[in-house]
Amino acid sequence: MLYPRIIPVLLVRNKGLVKTIRFKDEKYVGDPINAVRIFNEKEADEIMVLDIDATVEKRDPDYKMIEHLALECRMPFCYGGGVKTKEQALKILELGVEKIAFGSTALESPEVLYDVAQQIGNQSVAAVLDVKNKKTLFGRKYECFTHNGKRRTGISPVDFACKAEQYGIGEIIINSIDNDGMMEGYDLELIHEIKSRCTIPITAVGGAGSLEHISSLFDREGLIGAAAGSLFVFKGKYRAVLINYPAQTEKERLF
Amino acid sequence: MIGIIDYGLGNIKAFANLYKRLNIPHLVVDAPGKLEKASKIILPGVGTFDYAINLLNRSGMRDMLEEMVKGKSVPVLGVCVGMQIMAESSEEGKSEGLGWIPGAVLRFPEHVKPLPHMGWNQIEIQHDDPIFVGLDPKARFYFLHSFYFECDEPFCLAVTDYRMRFVCVARHRNVYGIQFHPEKSHAAGISILKNFANS
Repeated sequence: MLYPRIIPVLLVRNKGLVKTIRFKDEKYVGDPINAVRIFNEKEADEIMVLDIDATVEKRDPDYKMIEHLALECRMPFCYGGGVKTKEQALKILELGVEKIAFGSTALESPEVLYDVAQQIGNQSVAAVLDVKNKKTLFGRKYECFTHNGKRRTGISPVDFACKAEQYGIGEIIINSIDNDGMMEGYDLELIHEIKSRCTIPITAVGGAGSLEHISSLFDREGLIGAAAGSLFVFKGKYRAVLINYPAQTEKERLF
Repeated sequence: MIGIIDYGLGNIKAFANLYKRLNIPHLVVDAPGKLEKASKIILPGVGTFDYAINLLNRSGMRDMLEEMVKGKSVPVLGVCVGMQIMAESSEEGKSEGLGWIPGAVLRFPEHVKPLPHMGWNQIEIQHDDPIFVGLDPKARFYFLHSFYFECDEPFCLAVTDYRMRFVCVARHRNVYGIQFHPEKSHAAGISILKNFANS
């Protein structure tokens, strides 16, 4: 049987790792290569590294860093941040990355994702949606944001997800801005709304603060990726930096 | 000497790094001259069928590779799309495959969802083989693909269950194909790559 995936998410800023709360108040948590080595030892299911500055600074992905990480990674590696063109995507895959997570490009020019998928297949094309729950005149609604949660897009994550397959996307990563770093659990409503309408794999991120949160996500959604930042880099209520990941026996109990 | 074919696809460095840690002599091969030195060959791959075949054709290594695999019976291991291009054809593309393992690459039927088949899955061994030596029967491997390899029973070494059973390890004489990514499957994957090198 296919098992749900448990995925550490690492945020890169100025070549260091940081962890945010609601996309702000970042805290330095260490060195990316070192973290990857620890997750290798702990046999993590997959790892996601997001360069949160590349798009905002309008610069190319840091190919040197990606190459170093890919070389070190003994688990599947998903990279995101600043990938705007097919050429950049192919270059990154050549460095030994399995999947590319497109953020603003997925929302602004999904045809780029389609072109990449035509060449390398949809299995390597992921879209990461940063979602906020906004108040409107008619109640609350979910909306996708870009540029580290600063730029509105007017796009509903559910509408986007419905079209994802025809864009050539092979995975949707749903990132809840409201729940980011809060460690109080995933936004299960948002995740369910998207997953129930999709025929491609879904990964949830934002809010996991304990293995119980992951377990309740699996209970509700079955086959899904459970990604987390804070949970795997902090320990205790004072948020001491300590990279951790459940052992195989602990994982079994969550399925 | 394990020759890891670098035709612009797949985790060449992940394989090289792994063999380095295992202290097994290996060489990244990007030209026919270097290929000659290999006593075993790894053909990696991430990508679509046509793209992979085109890159292999353009690499200038195809003829030498055919000569070594078909003529000299050098053992070869294809991974992911590197396995799929060993089939005769694929529903993913228009190109002809290498035809090293009698079989075809097919689209998953409608009920197999979600696709891609992405994540960690177990395998069921159908025929014993030196590459499975020492493997934990419950071992899991990382899969990432949307098409599957179909071949006749005698060539099927192991299957995987994802809404249907399909071939995940195939072998025809000196040619091995593996659908999952051993280079990204931690200890279980390492043991397969080690067995291939030592068998």
